[in-house]
Amino acid sequence: MTSEERTSLRRMACKIRMGIIEGTYNAKSGHPGGSLSAADMITYLYFRHMRVDPQNPRWQERDRFVLSKGHAAPALYAALAHRGFFPVEEIKSLRHIGSRLQGHPNMLSVPGVDMSTGSLGQGVSSACGMAIGAKKLNLPSRVYTILGDGEIEEGQVWEAFMFANYYKLDNLVVMIDNNNLQIDGPITEVMSPYPIEEKLSAFGFFVQTIDGHDFDAMETALARAQQEKGRPSAIVLKTVKGKGVSFMENEVDWHGKGPNQEEYNRAMEELSNALREMEAE
Amino acid sequence: MAEIKKIATRDSYGATLRELGAEHEDIIVLDADLSGSTRTGVFAKAFPDRFINCGIAEADMICVSGGLSTMGFVPFCSSFAMFLTGRAYEQIRNTIGYPELNVKLCASHAGLSVGEDGASHQCCEDFALMRNIPGMVVMSPADDVEARAAVRAAYAHKGPVYIRLGRAAVPVVFDENNFEFAIGKAQVLRPGKDVAILATGLMVERALQAAEQLSLAGIDARVIDVCTIKPLDEEVILSAAAECGGLITCEEHSIVGGLGEAVASLTAEKLPTRVRRIGVEDVYGVSGPWKDVLDLFGLNAAHITAVAHELTGK
Repeated sequence: MTSEERTSLRRMACKIRMGIIEGTYNAKSGHPGGSLSAADMITYLYFRHMRVDPQNPRWQERDRFVLSKGHAAPALYAALAHRGFFPVEEIKSLRHIGSRLQGHPNMLSVPGVDMSTGSLGQGVSSACGMAIGAKKLNLPSRVYTILGDGEIEEGQVWEAFMFANYYKLDNLVVMIDNNNLQIDGPITEVMSPYPIEEKLSAFGFFVQTIDGHDFDAMETALARAQQEKGRPSAIVLKTVKGKGVSFMENEVDWHGKGPNQEEYNRAMEELSNALREMEAE
Repeated sequence: MAEIKKIATRDSYGATLRELGAEHEDIIVLDADLSGSTRTGVFAKAFPDRFINCGIAEADMICVSGGLSTMGFVPFCSSFAMFLTGRAYEQIRNTIGYPELNVKLCASHAGLSVGEDGASHQCCEDFALMRNIPGMVVMSPADDVEARAAVRAAYAHKGPVYIRLGRAAVPVVFDENNFEFAIGKAQVLRPGKDVAILATGLMVERALQAAEQLSLAGIDARVIDVCTIKPLDEEVILSAAAECGGLITCEEHSIVGGLGEAVASLTAEKLPTRVRRIGVEDVYGVSGPWKDVLDLFGLNAAHITAVAHELTGK
């Protein structure tokens, strides 16, 4: 990755973060914390890695993305909008009556959403269905899914992991957004899913752990995952919940509420300054 | 009189799946370690590349079938009714129903006729669970002929479908050479004007027996086969209400949330009519030979006949 490419990704991630704030501010609700922690990974997938076509969202040979942690919808919507699937202006309609942008992703209404999600633990199974389907159809499609670290407390997730291994879904990459926080508090104080890597390894995954805000690490890990044959890949993303907005970082309170006017102004100012600095680079 | 053929609707399902598999390449079948019992094994043997065993993981199976559906497959997903509609209810609601995915849910071992396995396996709540999902078609075929037609109709229909299948071999009611089937159409099997008996599943044959007994007592009972529980055939049911005065519903299901409640709601709003619901009366089943269990819970011709006498006052 050239430094220009890296900066371009960082700028896009910043715009997507602004979209998350814009959406959750206008909705007066939503989940900014987990959207911000996953924003860099989603940026990388949609702006550098996945084969998708905004002009033809249902292109059969495309790569698929399932946001298993569906509450991070604001991040997905912002990425899809900036990628050209629908107008960026529409982000402000998040969670409004009549909007296509439902509180959690709805594949029927939003172009580019490959699977409706929101009820935790289900998206990863759907992703397995897509991956095995792509294999049976001899499609080149690869399937990517992001789960929350709290989400893997759901038993169904482990059913899906067993399935992915048994059917050798090497076209599937499972990513865990390991930001350490869930609604009721730190994951270690609610129901610890640790050790995550060892469990995934025991379930037959090729496991890598990276800084979930480092685009170079994502590039290396996804390339390595693509080489792995005969078993699924998992990437544990070490992330910061609320990443990019200082007063939201590592604050569990920002799991599920929208910013008020003052918080919105502060967050947008921070992100605008960050964007300006990057543009000066 | 020739002996009446008896076939379990799960066998009809397995045989029809195999036929459909040969006709359509997009059919894919999933099971959760019960392929021998649900008869998806018949398909698996013929088309091993299009069969996916998910192991004992119904929740995962439902969502895997959702993913397959987005790839263009038409998944048929099977387990016992208890585990498919009960265990995986929320997966069906959110990953199949809400996105309107083209997945066919075909559950065997529904109702009390599971017999010896007892209450833990006797699912009498599947209509209630599936009926409340917007857009879900719910069917409960009465015999082999109707089950084959229902499975074919499910394939032809775009969108989620639930079909209830039975474990026990039941008499063939319909003549396959003179049979028409459409989703949402109830069929009048016997004309009558004193009372109408609306039955579904294996209760259809029992309703016909009851009508025969009632005719000896001078009661002219209409018998209607309601295979599609949702969408309900309002026209046929309201005509029966208007012409027969009283309705008796018969189902191997709880009286809560099933055919009886659907019919009672319809008539209460559109044509208030006296309705009697025959079904499992908000209790759990018990172990035993299946016919004895049905008798114990009043799911037989004798009970239908008694209720008809009470309702008609004759």
